[in-house]
Amino acid sequence: MATVKLSFSPAPVHVRTARLVGVAVARRAGVREDLLDEVRLAIGEACTRAVALHRQYGLADPVLVEMSDGGSYAVRVVDRAPIEAGIGLTALPPDELANESLTDEALTTGVGFALLAGFVEDLQVRPVDEGIGTEVRMVWPVGH
Amino acid sequence: MELSLATRTVGEHTVLEVGGEVDVYTAPRLRERLLELIDGGARHVVVDLGRVDFLDSTGLGVLVGALKRLRSAGGSFALVCDKEPLLKIFRITALDQVFPLHPTVDAAISADPAGAGA
Repeated sequence: MATVKLSFSPAPVHVRTARLVGVAVARRAGVREDLLDEVRLAIGEACTRAVALHRQYGLADPVLVEMSDGGSYAVRVVDRAPIEAGIGLTALPPDELANESLTDEALTTGVGFALLAGFVEDLQVRPVDEGIGTEVRMVWPVGH
Repeated sequence: MELSLATRTVGEHTVLEVGGEVDVYTAPRLRERLLELIDGGARHVVVDLGRVDFLDSTGLGVLVGALKRLRSAGGSFALVCDKEPLLKIFRITALDQVFPLHPTVDAAISADPAGAGA
């Protein structure tokens, strides 16, 4: 099993780098071409979420992205934010999306989760095993 | 590819052509441009996503923000998009039920009762 680890300062400019690396490793691992757009979007959403949380809590710690290809392509995106995160927050209904009272942050978070849940069949959002933070784990099949 | 933004006027409509990647890093620039246009008096805005090759939740949030702002100002807002990967994003988030989505700029303009024929 090959593993690629990337850790980056929680700045929006680095999310693109994480997407590019994530897709490059996915291609190398043998993820089907037609899934690569989804891989790119999902890794971007998971990293965007992590960066937003680090900024919200004033954390300078890096965001960790770990990609491994042992039989499938697994990506872990780890943040260090002190929140109880879960997968419960999924798609907002359309009438709420355009509701005036919904803040931009809440909208973006809801839409981000909807995209993760919609594009990643094998998705887990859970507390990290050690210390504080959340791990978003996404798995895609490899091969034909 | 970096974000590109270009504006043109078609009758009563302001068309903003967006290209490249709209993500957490570039979306603030899109938000600023849309605010400039709306604050400058644009009331019927069409955003052409034809040359966008990446769009994430932050970009979608900016588009919803512009839609709300224009609606409350009595204006209209529509998107032009005919790429399946982007359309899938709108479907998955249910935003296809929030935005008027059209395959071409002409279709977006002629479908807008507020500005059609202007």
